[in-house]
Amino acid sequence: MHNAENSKYAKTHEWAYLENGVVTVGISEYAQQEIGDIVFVDLPKTGTQVTAGQNCCVIESVKSASEIYAPVSGEIVEVNEAVNADPALVNRAAHGDGWLFKIKASKPEEYEALLDLKAYKETLDK
Amino acid sequence: MNTESLKKTPLCAACIEAGGKMVDFHGWFLPVQFDSILAEHKAVRTSAGMFDVSHMGQVWVEGKDAWKFLQYINTNNIKNVPPKGTYSHIVNEQGHIIDDAISFCIAPDKFLVVVNAACIDIDVAWFNKQAVGFDVKITNDSDNWGMIALQGPKALEYAAALIEGVKQMPRFTIKSIELFGANGYVTRTGYTGEDGVEIMLPPRAIIHVWDALKKAGVKPCGLGARDVLRLEAGYLLNGVDATGVQTPYEANCGWVVKLDKDYFIGQDALIAQKTAGLEQRLTGFVLTAPGVPREGCKVFKDGVEKGVLTSGTFSPLFKGIAVGYADTDLKEGDVVEIEIHGRKIPAKKVKTPFYQNRV
Repeated sequence: MHNAENSKYAKTHEWAYLENGVVTVGISEYAQQEIGDIVFVDLPKTGTQVTAGQNCCVIESVKSASEIYAPVSGEIVEVNEAVNADPALVNRAAHGDGWLFKIKASKPEEYEALLDLKAYKETLDK
Repeated sequence: MNTESLKKTPLCAACIEAGGKMVDFHGWFLPVQFDSILAEHKAVRTSAGMFDVSHMGQVWVEGKDAWKFLQYINTNNIKNVPPKGTYSHIVNEQGHIIDDAISFCIAPDKFLVVVNAACIDIDVAWFNKQAVGFDVKITNDSDNWGMIALQGPKALEYAAALIEGVKQMPRFTIKSIELFGANGYVTRTGYTGEDGVEIMLPPRAIIHVWDALKKAGVKPCGLGARDVLRLEAGYLLNGVDATGVQTPYEANCGWVVKLDKDYFIGQDALIAQKTAGLEQRLTGFVLTAPGVPREGCKVFKDGVEKGVLTSGTFSPLFKGIAVGYADTDLKEGDVVEIEIHGRKIPAKKVKTPFYQNRV
């Protein structure tokens, strides 16, 4: 199971966790705190092809909309239906049950190029 | 964010200490939220919350012609009987809204006008320009006042612990108070759709009110919750829902225009518009599918663009709610679509306010 330590990160605050060629994607604890009370998540459709860095999901808080970018390229193979019913799940468990979607990675090297937790945390201090 | 150049209210340090997430709001350093906008919204709807509204402006209008002058620059009939206050729009010769403000009658020749923070300088310049020929003195006293809005079904209980006789005050009245060694005012007004008061005191005293209310259990609330509450309650946000080019009629506030009173600025233009009819009016919408409408989203009916949103949010009570200028041929209950992030989400036109105000 993914957690903050065993995941990789994009500078745009998504985490990614690779298992059997499929990358699970969510937002970091830092991001959920910054966004605040999440009230709606506009998830991508399964079957959609995305490229790394592409805006493919929107998280709405009371105050603002935040775009979520695919950390790797590939096909969306699953979305987390639980956050449709309970968007605040992303606030409560950003690194766990509040994951957003899964991508069948077409370019595994993109995953390797993501930041580890330490490097991601360093970007937050800047 | 370079916060050096931002203006700070007397409650700035107290807001930061209470966990306020501070933002630049029209040049003011103010809390957008404390722990959670949803929790703050709930506190105001079910109990009590308090807002630092010290950035708002206080302008004195005094003199023999004070009331005559206010009648001249306001669309509404300003009450000249203490301790009554009157909400009104201040418009230019074209009938376009400059600001909305409450004028409180302290004495027949002395009024306190409470104006929007972002409009203080514009309003004072406008007042001075229009004051020619009136025996009136205009004083911008905004920097000398701190202000707390205490709102919610239990707000009066909390206020009564500090201020004697506050529960007996009728809505939209003002009362002078002495609190923590300073003289100030309390008004039974607000911007949330709940009962409550707004307390004005000099900076050195207002901080004690904040501390006392906090100690009593009143939840500090930020601009985020304030915006949801005011939108639910159907209150106009000048600068956002009116941008200097709309009349009170277009802003769906026709009730503040009293065409039959003596001549006032903008009267001719407003008479002409009332005769000609409106093309667009500020209109309420509720989404009927999940999503959050925002300022700038377009409204369509049968594929034809009918309007653009000026305010939208997620309401814990009504989900996706919004107002925007839309063609007046839209009818109550009409099914429309609102374009959000490139997707058209179904919605319907509704009457505002969304929330049945308790005041």
